[in-house]
This record gives sequence, structure tokens and C-alpha cells, in this order.
Amino acid sequence: MKKTSRVISAVMVSAMAVSMLAGCGNSGASGAASGAATSTDAAAASSAAGSADTAAAAASGKTFKIGAIGPLTGGAAAYGNAVCNAAVLAAKEINANGGMNGYQVEVKTEDDELDNQKSVNAYNTLKDWGMQMLVGPTTSACSIAVSEYTKDDNMFQITPSGSAVDCVKYDNVFRVCFSDPAQGTASADYIADHKLATKIGIIYDSSDVYSSGITQNFVTEAQAKGLTVVSQEAFTADNKTDFSVQLQKAKDGGADLVFLPIYYTEASLILQQANTMGYKPTFFGCDGLDGILSVDNFDTSLAEGVMLLTPFAADADDDLTKNFVAAYNKDYGGTPNQFAADSYDAMYAIKAAVEKANITPDMSVSDICEAMKTAMTQITVDGLTSKGMTWQASGEPNKQPKAVVIKNGAYVSAE
Amino acid sequence: MSFLTSLVNGLSLGSIYAIIALGYTMVYGIAKMLNFAHGDFIMVGGYIIFTCVSTAGLPPAAGILLAIVLCTLLGIGTEKVAYKPLRHAKSNLAVLITAIGVSYLLENLALLIFGADTKSFTNVVTWPGIALFGGQLRIQGVTIVTILVSLAILIVLQLFINHTKNGQAMLAVAQDQGAATLMGIDVNKTISLTFAIGSGLAAIAGALLCSAYPSLTPYTGAMPGIKAFVAAVLGGIGSIPGAMIGGLVLGIVEILSKTYISSQLSDAIVFGILVVVLLVKPTGLLGKVTQEKV
Repeated sequence: MKKTSRVISAVMVSAMAVSMLAGCGNSGASGAASGAATSTDAAAASSAAGSADTAAAAASGKTFKIGAIGPLTGGAAAYGNAVCNAAVLAAKEINANGGMNGYQVEVKTEDDELDNQKSVNAYNTLKDWGMQMLVGPTTSACSIAVSEYTKDDNMFQITPSGSAVDCVKYDNVFRVCFSDPAQGTASADYIADHKLATKIGIIYDSSDVYSSGITQNFVTEAQAKGLTVVSQEAFTADNKTDFSVQLQKAKDGGADLVFLPIYYTEASLILQQANTMGYKPTFFGCDGLDGILSVDNFDTSLAEGVMLLTPFAADADDDLTKNFVAAYNKDYGGTPNQFAADSYDAMYAIKAAVEKANITPDMSVSDICEAMKTAMTQITVDGLTSKGMTWQASGEPNKQPKAVVIKNGAYVSAE
Repeated sequence: MSFLTSLVNGLSLGSIYAIIALGYTMVYGIAKMLNFAHGDFIMVGGYIIFTCVSTAGLPPAAGILLAIVLCTLLGIGTEKVAYKPLRHAKSNLAVLITAIGVSYLLENLALLIFGADTKSFTNVVTWPGIALFGGQLRIQGVTIVTILVSLAILIVLQLFINHTKNGQAMLAVAQDQGAATLMGIDVNKTISLTFAIGSGLAAIAGALLCSAYPSLTPYTGAMPGIKAFVAAVLGGIGSIPGAMIGGLVLGIVEILSKTYISSQLSDAIVFGILVVVLLVKPTGLLGKVTQEKV
């Protein structure tokens, strides 16, 4: 009998050890797994970047070296590629038109695979290359992680699309996109002002700072505007395949609009599951939904009528947008999304600030950063994502939101 | 009605856990090893079907058949290359760690070949399902198919193990490998057969998992794999009916706690239940206490 209980306890201990191992095995797996992809994709990306700039760099002895970081592989690859491609594209245009303050620009891109640690590694790689200013990282969490290092190095950083409040907590960091609170508030305002719905269900990712940040402010503003939030349901990074309960609660609450402040991968699953359960509310999201049409093999007809608040609509008919869309399509194929537009605007904001403060490439990284901090608050940029954009010393932009709706498998302006 | 809907959703999730847990428990019960790469065999099955159906345009049935064949071969191969040489290693941990290594290897290979972008899987079950109570309660076709398939697998496995020569050989190997060899049973062949069946089941699980939750990434199998392992332990690892019951209980508890307690805490509740069950009944719900023979 004694022996039996000893055996049992041994089994228990090993089972526990196993489950712990299994736990680490998993989180580690994603890290290790992404490592394998880096080499190829980063190489591909940098060769693409290189081809655009080597010619330009040769034209003058001194060049501005600008780094761009984003997830070029992985679940958010649509964002990172958009940011990096558009930065390279903008550099090519700027170089063709005489450069920044008369100097040519080189852009080098690095993959961070949506991983904070890899993002910091990417930053260090770019620093070794001689980077003087940083466009990126593309996503909020990575951007926050890297800003700890740019602050210490006093390196000028402008994130095209890092929307969490903390992304710009240091004075050397600016952003092009709206902050999460601004997106949450703007979404609630838009829904109320356009009378899209009165009863609203929310499905958000409680393990993600972007998603929960938007949700908080959305709920506050929605209540202030007289909208009723009938269900507010969360999911987490470890439990993001089954949304039947969250959708059922929204449906039972009578929500005629479901707000999805999340990324497009989960949103594509939610749309499919809502369809199978026969629930057809209006789905409304923020910039995280941008990219949903590019999910491999996704039935885009399910996304028909989905609205998203984004500062950029590729079908806008102003010359700036038209030229950008044509140039992007020519170099990279496909229609650029909002992230590409943010990144393109970031490059032109840098150009404007560099020229305002008469910055030259032979200045030190820290001197450039100091000059840029002041110059950024003095410039006005007519960009793709807004006309007459200005920046506050806090790093926040002042701009106007737009809504787009998905029609016939494409993003079109909602107005 | 909301309770019934939750119950159906729970059954749908639970039947998928059950089908994965069947593979886990089968391999554990006979080869006495935890194949942590089982979840990744599911992912491999998913990618094979995706490639056949969505890229090559083959009919889903052909894709599933091919996936079963290839996963079976993968299972046998993995056992031969990675696990067999370690079967008599001093520590049981050696083969366990190797299984985790195989899991990494498969995930990384999938990442290299298919990239990390999410693929939207085409449902292999085209039947839309049934609507009860005037459309208030919908049961998806894939849910019904999953439950039926897992029941069928359960019955076939039970019949196979208890009523065929090979099945009896498996039982003998499970009881005592040394004695089984003395009785003229080819232990290597029997364990290979076990892995073949377990991996074939993984391919079927892959088809159903990806049909119910149509997003495919290199990590698709990881979390369901862990949950199914929990289900197998809950039901009593090594027990085939136990895996089925453990899976269904786990799925239903997960969905009900999401519905009635908190959508954030469901995982904590599910794993909490595992701890409680193991404290009260360390062998799991249907597990047998094995006496150590001296």
C-alpha cells in the first residue's frame, strides 16, 4: 500500500512537471519559431529596401539613415510590411525630389515579429547600422518597449501606428496615428453622431493593451452620448478561437452593432462564427481591422458592410492619395492600408521637421533628436491621413478621423 | 434557451477536445509516453488538408484521406527516429523532453513552409446543421459530425483493442513490455501501430478543429493540444472512454463558465477544476489505480 501511494505521488509530480513544461514549451515555441522566419524575411525586406536607396546614397557623401521596424512576418505582417514598404517608398520619392534638407535618405527595415524583445533586437541592429532616426515600431507594445531604449539613447522616434497612450510617454517619441483613447472616443462619437445603433455589444481582447485601452474610453464616451452597451465580453490571447459565447451575449442583449476594437485575425473568426449562428449586426472596428481583406482564403463577402474608423481611405480622390496608391501598387502590388499611409506621413513629417530646424546628417543622434523635438511642434503637414496635421510637444498629433466601410471586397469611404 | 445554446456550444468545443484527447490517451495507455507533439500533428493535418483543398482544389474527402495517411507516416517516423532510441533511457523525462523538441520542430517547419500568416480554413463539413425550436437553437453540422465521429472512434477503438489480435497485443505491451516480448509479441511493431493510430486520429481532429474554428497558423494545435491533455488527465489518462468524457466535461465547463461567470476567467476555472479532480481522485475520473508488481 505504501508503495502504491508513493507511485501515485510520483505520477502526480511528474504530471505537474509535465504540465509546467508544456506551458513553457508553448510560449517558448512561438519565440523560437519566429526566430526561424526572421533570417529569410528580414533578408528579403532589407534587400528590397536596399535596392531603393543604394543609388540615392551614392549621390551625396552624407545621408540621413532612418530605420523602420515592424512585424514583417506573423499575425500582424500586414501592418509591418505596409509600414516598412511605405517608408521605403517615401524615401525613394524624397530622394528623387532632392532629399531632406538637400541630403539623401537611406531607409533600412527590420522585422520584429510582433515580439517586444525582438523589436528591441531590431532596434539594436539598426543602431549598429548607424540609424539616426526611427520610424516605428509598428505596434503599440513593441513601440513602448523600444521607446525605453530610444529615450536612453536620445534617438528621435516617430511611430506611425503605435496607438497606446504610453507609446509617446517620453518626449523624444511622436506618433502619426490617433492614440487608443482618441480612437475609442472617436468611434463612440461617430456611432452616436451617425445614429448607427443605440444598443452596442463589445468583444475585446483583455490581454492586449491596445484593445482594452480603446474599450475603456469607448464605454465612457458611449454612455456620455446616450448609447447603451448591452454586453462587454473579453477574450484572451490563450483563448481566442471560440467566440460563440461572446457573440451569443451580444445577440441576447439585442445589440444592433458589435464593436470590435481588436486585430483582424480574431475579427475574421468572429465574422465567420456570427455568420454560422445567423447573427447579422453591423460590425464596427478601429484601425486593427484594417487588413481583414488580406487573410488568406478568407471569404471576404462575410466582411461586407463592416465599418472601421481609420484616417485613410485608399479610394479618396485627392491627388496625394491617388499618386500614393498608384506608386505603392506599382512597387509592392495591392492597395496600401492605413498603416502604409501613417508611415508615409511619418517620413514627410521627418522631412518637414528636418528642414525646419536645418538638421544635417553629420550631427550626432542626440543633437538631431533635440532639434527634432522642437521642430515637430512647429510644422504643419498635409498628409495622407489628415490635412493640416500638427503635433503637440507630448507627441500626439492633431487630426480628423474618417470612417470606411467594406463594399464589394474593398475599403471605401463611409461618407 | 441561453443555457441550451451554451450547452450545445460546450458540446461542440468538448467533442473536439475529446477527439484530440483520444489520441493522447491511446499513446499514453499503450506506449506509456506522453506525446506532446500530438497537438502539432493536428496542425500538420490541418495544413495538409488546407493545401489539398484550398490550394490544389481537391475534394475535401481526398484531402482528409491524404492527411490521415501522411500524419500516420509522420507518427510512425517520429516514433522510430525520436522516441524509440530513448525508450530504455534511464529517465522517463528524456523521451518527454524529446516530444517537446519534436513539437518545436514541427511548429518551426510549418512556419518555414507556410509562413506565420493566418490561413482561413474551408469547412470540410458542408452540411449547415439543424435549427431547433423555430430557429432559436442552432446546431452546426460540424458539431454534429464531430460528436458522431468521436463516438465512432471511441467504439471502434474499444472493439479493436478488446477483440483483435493486434489490440490484445497492445494490452499486453501496456501491461508489461518484457513479458509481452517473452510471449512472442513484437513490441516495436505494436508501439508503431499505436503511434500510427494516434497520429491518424490527429489528422481527423485537425480536419474537425479547423472546420469548427477556421483559422490555421503553425500554433493552431498547441493550445487545443494542452487542453486535450488536461481532458485526458481529467478523464483518467490511459482510459479511452475517460478521454471522451474528460473532453466533453472540459468543453462544457469552459463555455458555461464563460457564459455565467466571466469570459476572462474561463481558463482559470477549467484548470482549477483539473487541480481539484486530481486532489480528490489522482487517477482521474475513470483511471484505474495500478498496483506496482514486485
